[in-house]
Amino acid sequence: MKSRHKKLALIGGALAIIGIIAALVLNALNSNIALYISPTDVAEGKAPQGKAFRIGGLVKEGSLQRQADGVTIAFVVTDTAKDMTVHYKGILPDLFKEGKGVVAQGKMAADGTFTASEVLAKHDENYMPPEAAKAVGDAQAKSAGAEKPKASY
Amino acid sequence: MKDRFNFYRFASPATFYPLAGALIPFFVAISVLFGLAGLYLGMLVAPTDFQQGEGYRIIFIHVPASWMSMFIYLVMAFWAAIGLAFNTRLSGMMAQALAPTGALMAFISLWTGALWGKPMWGAWWVWDARLTSELILLFLYIGYMALTAAIDDARRADKAGGLLLLVGVVNVPIIYFSVKWWNTLHQGSSVNLAKSSMAQTMLWGMLLMAMCFWMYSIAVALMRVRTIMLERERNTDWVKAVLEGEGK
Repeated sequence: MKSRHKKLALIGGALAIIGIIAALVLNALNSNIALYISPTDVAEGKAPQGKAFRIGGLVKEGSLQRQADGVTIAFVVTDTAKDMTVHYKGILPDLFKEGKGVVAQGKMAADGTFTASEVLAKHDENYMPPEAAKAVGDAQAKSAGAEKPKASY
Repeated sequence: MKDRFNFYRFASPATFYPLAGALIPFFVAISVLFGLAGLYLGMLVAPTDFQQGEGYRIIFIHVPASWMSMFIYLVMAFWAAIGLAFNTRLSGMMAQALAPTGALMAFISLWTGALWGKPMWGAWWVWDARLTSELILLFLYIGYMALTAAIDDARRADKAGGLLLLVGVVNVPIIYFSVKWWNTLHQGSSVNLAKSSMAQTMLWGMLLMAMCFWMYSIAVALMRVRTIMLERERNTDWVKAVLEGEGK
């Protein structure tokens, strides 16, 4: 084995070790790296007690309620298994929509609902013209037995 | 001299210098062509997005810059490994020549991401795994440049910088897979080698812009590496010959 091949093997070995260390560290920090937890996690008691955290999921269809002042808002965040009611006072981002992703930061209230201080919209990775989105929505509605279109514009 | 074409000849600065000089106009030209085609497709042909309206068009800068910021780091790490294993002079120079462009790409990625995040998500910045790991990438570039600049002896600077590059390379897969591994505000990948979840014209606009950024990066890295070669080898005959030739 030539010395330069030895060095190359050494570099490869060192990289592998660094990779393993990084994987172990990241795995250990897993719950701290996640930006938000789901309503199911909250139901399982994984939410930090008395501290602010973020919950994320989809805004449940038909759950958005707006008070007369226009900025006092309530909606339900769902991960399809569990639901969580969120109260928020402020301006919602443009992409906030029922059936779309949302991440809310705040604290649990005494009544088991969530009081948000910040609401962010989480959009998906699909990019297409509105007509295509409508076509996809219609097709999904058809296959789902004439349900409400999911990705309607 | 052997009959066979010897590729390793170009590992010598004296032969690489004129080759790089000849290649630069070529890469500049195709970068401009790709850029014009990409901007035309992206800004004029690609349709409005169903969710984000016209605002999504920042993707034609954001994604190519992000891709290049990761790719350039991998190329630098490759040169660092070659340099450390084979003790070649040129590899350290290549890594140093690429660093400012990589840092620029990481910065553009973060900056356009912030400008995009505010109207769409509702926040300039969140500490999610994708954004944070990309910020670490920018710090790695800056750290590499600072470290190599702080060591006077160029070869030792290359070695120290090379080690930093190799240790930091673990961050690149973390950036790329962060949206898969953890809950992030940043959405998942729209494009990978197998499939894309973008309309065709949007995708082509983005790929053309990525080619533009790639060719631009090669062009400026070659310009920079030529300067580094002249500076580092200023006491050699070939540099003296080059400078005399240019002085005439």
